[in-house]
Amino acid sequence: MKYLDEYRDEALAQALLDRIRRVQKRPWMLMEVCGGQTHSIVRYGVDDLLPKEIELVHGPGCPVCVTPLELIDKAHAIASRSDVIFCSFGDMLRVPGSESDLLTVRSRGADVRVVYSPLECLKIARSHPDRQVVFFAIGFETTAPANAMLVSRARQEGIDNISVLVSHVLVPPALEAILDSPVNRVQGFLGPGHVCAIMGYREYEAISARYKVPIVITGFEPSDLLEGVLMAVTQLEEGRAEVENQYARVVTRDGNGAAQGLVSSVFEVCERKWRGVGPIPQSGYRLREEFENFDAERRFEVGAIDTQEPPVCISGEVLRGIKKPHDCPAFGTDCTPAHPLGATMVSSEGACAAYYLYGRHHKATTKG
Amino acid sequence: MCLGIPGQVVSLEEAGGLRMGKVRFGQILREACLEYVPEVGEGDYVIVHAGFAISRVNEEEAARTYQLLEEMGQLQELDPDDAEVGGSEDTSAGGEPH
Ligand code: SF4
Repeated sequence: MKYLDEYRDEALAQALLDRIRRVQKRPWMLMEVCGGQTHSIVRYGVDDLLPKEIELVHGPGCPVCVTPLELIDKAHAIASRSDVIFCSFGDMLRVPGSESDLLTVRSRGADVRVVYSPLECLKIARSHPDRQVVFFAIGFETTAPANAMLVSRARQEGIDNISVLVSHVLVPPALEAILDSPVNRVQGFLGPGHVCAIMGYREYEAISARYKVPIVITGFEPSDLLEGVLMAVTQLEEGRAEVENQYARVVTRDGNGAAQGLVSSVFEVCERKWRGVGPIPQSGYRLREEFENFDAERRFEVGAIDTQEPPVCISGEVLRGIKKPHDCPAFGTDCTPAHPLGATMVSSEGACAAYYLYGRHHKATTKG
Repeated sequence: MCLGIPGQVVSLEEAGGLRMGKVRFGQILREACLEYVPEVGEGDYVIVHAGFAISRVNEEEAARTYQLLEEMGQLQELDPDDAEVGGSEDTSAGGEPH
């Protein structure tokens, strides 16, 4: 069976698949929320192993993919300043803005640095007191504690040549937006394991109850994903709609209290725009007023930005599970990881990049 | 981006006013901030994301999947090839994602 022997636990995967086959009676459509899960599913062919009647569609949980174009363009404008050292997670470097990407900006002479942890910015700022260090603080709830700690330490240590360009998004409002859509086809979710490691899953209980949709908080290993599918399909077949926790080795119902505490002392909830999707109310974080000195958008007057998205790109529909990458006419032709037109072709967690990387160039290779 | 890698805390230290630690991922040792996992000590497994430990890996829960396997192994007696994978060694780490 395709890829099955690559599985860490071949026997476990096989047993889970058998059980899924026994439980499943009707066709179901599930969405895995997190881009890390998408990557695992496509890499290991998890969706190809499932019965034909179970379709997995890919969710919006790729922070690099949903960071709005305006902010990418702003990042480029700020990074281009000669007084700035612009720091970012590596994933952001090749994300296309209206004109170019951060790599190109760097090749034109900008000081753009990749950091693994936001805390590295503290060191950089201390050793360059004459420069402005700007960190591109993107991410979902998983990354918010790391980014919040940077801001909190910068203030505590009085390092004032640091600022952050914030583009933080939250998962639950995006799920509601998907469920509210008249074209929604998703009947159950594999919830985002590491987001819930921070936030717990109480918020998801409200969504599950309101929309009568099963949500199974799921890990990232192929066998985690198969077990998540089994749990979700079992609920659907039995007519239940609850939150269940497949990833209990990492996730608890209440999440990480220490992390939530610091995050809510630094950030507050606000409306955010999602690339390809548009604005979603209460779907992100911005800095609280006490920390506005550290807001790069205030510190640097960037001026009006006129964004332009390639009209061919359907990444917004891909991110909402309405379409799949090979439904896009540019997929694999005009748009490839070497020349991405949209952000979902850049990040390895983006569905377009994952499909390209693992050879899904034709519709026939997947179920549709 | 929400990639979280399981590793084992091998030492604790205080640096820049923060609780830090060395975490082993297979052959690689890396520094991680442990501020968000105050309950974690040397020898514990954690999930690390962007240089921060975000959660302790619950070893009993990690073993659960393997119990499930054993249970199902019994359901699968007819297929002896599947029966032998019982408790592989790195259960508590939850395996290393890519
Ligand atoms: S293949 Fe490229 S152009 Fe098409 S949706 Fe994906 S990122 Fe956009």
